[in-house]
Amino acid sequence: MGLVPGLLKGLGITFKEITKTVTKGAETVQYPHEKEDPVPRARGVIALHEDNCTSCMLCVRECPDWCIYIEGHKTLAPPRRAGGKPRSVNKLDRFDIDYALCMYCGICVEVCPFEALFWTPEFEYSEPKIADLLHDKTRLGQWMETVPEFESYESGAEVKAKKVPR
Amino acid sequence: MTSMFAFDMPWAGEAGIRLAFALVAVLLPAGATVYLYLFKMVSFMQSRLGPMEAGPYGSMQLLAEVGKSLQKEDLFPAKADRTVFALAPYVVLVSTFLLVVAIPFGPDAYFANLDTGVFYALAVSSISVIGILMAGWGSASKYSLLGGLRAAGQLIAYELPLVLAVVGVVIQAGTLSLGGIIEAQATGEIFGFGGIGNPYILTQGIGFLIFMIAVQAELSQTPFDMPIAESELVSGYMTEYSGFRFLMFFIGEFASAAIFAFLASVLFLGGWTLPMFVTDLLGIDWDSQWFNVVGPIVMLTKMLVLTFVIYWVRFTFPRFREDQLQRFAWKVLIPISLINIALTGVLKVVF
Repeated sequence: MGLVPGLLKGLGITFKEITKTVTKGAETVQYPHEKEDPVPRARGVIALHEDNCTSCMLCVRECPDWCIYIEGHKTLAPPRRAGGKPRSVNKLDRFDIDYALCMYCGICVEVCPFEALFWTPEFEYSEPKIADLLHDKTRLGQWMETVPEFESYESGAEVKAKKVPR
Repeated sequence: MTSMFAFDMPWAGEAGIRLAFALVAVLLPAGATVYLYLFKMVSFMQSRLGPMEAGPYGSMQLLAEVGKSLQKEDLFPAKADRTVFALAPYVVLVSTFLLVVAIPFGPDAYFANLDTGVFYALAVSSISVIGILMAGWGSASKYSLLGGLRAAGQLIAYELPLVLAVVGVVIQAGTLSLGGIIEAQATGEIFGFGGIGNPYILTQGIGFLIFMIAVQAELSQTPFDMPIAESELVSGYMTEYSGFRFLMFFIGEFASAAIFAFLASVLFLGGWTLPMFVTDLLGIDWDSQWFNVVGPIVMLTKMLVLTFVIYWVRFTFPRFREDQLQRFAWKVLIPISLINIALTGVLKVVF
């Protein structure tokens, strides 16, 4: 293709895009008024299912940004069977995630052995003050309502997942 | 302009009205092109809607941007040459305002009827180079300095094809006055057919093409935006500017785009008058007093068409490399425009 026809073709492409946008509408959505559906397994914010957490500290140690803070104490729970010994359990005092530090790598969700952390697609939690980005365990627990149903992996994904040692 | 008023204006009043009209003639086209093309057309090209919140369809967005710029701190770099740095945007803007002076918007609606309007306009348009060099030097930043030097090299290189392209029009019209060029186009004939006059885009098509390419380079719009290349020079000579001074560069850039389009429509598209068959239909002369009112609208329409082409090209093509840019000016545009001048001279003598 010569120089001038190539230039004209380029102009034609942008002009076609103008007419497409004017007649058929834009690809984008006007955000505050309408919202796009989140993509599958979107990483918006991390929710905490407090009952499952044993304060094992695995997520704290794996976090590359050191943005998770856990404090807990040992306490006695009532025995499972009547007449049994009271069980020793870890009670969670504090579970904070500092979203000012978090880089949304998801290692804490992956590493949690007791299914206490979940990704949710919610993303509208920006704050005027940076300190307010530290979500405590009540706030993290409230995100549990927004956790979507687990979507099955794409075909062929399971085979690959097995190769990765957990 | 005095003939528009039945009474004698005092000097100061007339000057004030001229100043107000000059402000309108610079800011209205600049605002219109920024909204229509910089905000909306480029968004449509990228399949998005652009600003939609400020006013209906985002039409007040520019006011919001101006308000934001006015609130910003007037920053000076620590090692900047403060006087030069502060004066540079004014020099660029003054060249834009001086340019609009020469442009006729109607038989009596002009700021100054210069006998050598073409010469004046082309001379004044190159003042902005000085402002850009001042900005590049005064900022005391390597990006700005490189941008300023590139701008100087480019603007000087493309000044020549700009001037040489207009020479063909001047030869054909036989006058340097912009009003005279419009008259020559309105009353001209193409091989005995005078229905549309003789807009010089038909007989000086090559000149028009060279003129528009050179204008694109003079405005440092994208295929020729080496001086402000934001991905390598972070906006070049404008890097260190913020707030009002940046706004002045911004207005200067877009207003001069509009005013060069005005100039091109005067030189090549017949200026403020309508084609002969339309004026015959309406039963008026080509220079009837009505054109003091209709002329600015006609000029605005022609300007919007030409700026559409300028921004269409701007938002479509990637930029030249510095050596390609210079080679294109010196080895392609200038020889072609010289041949164009020679051909025009020969044909002028023959016909």
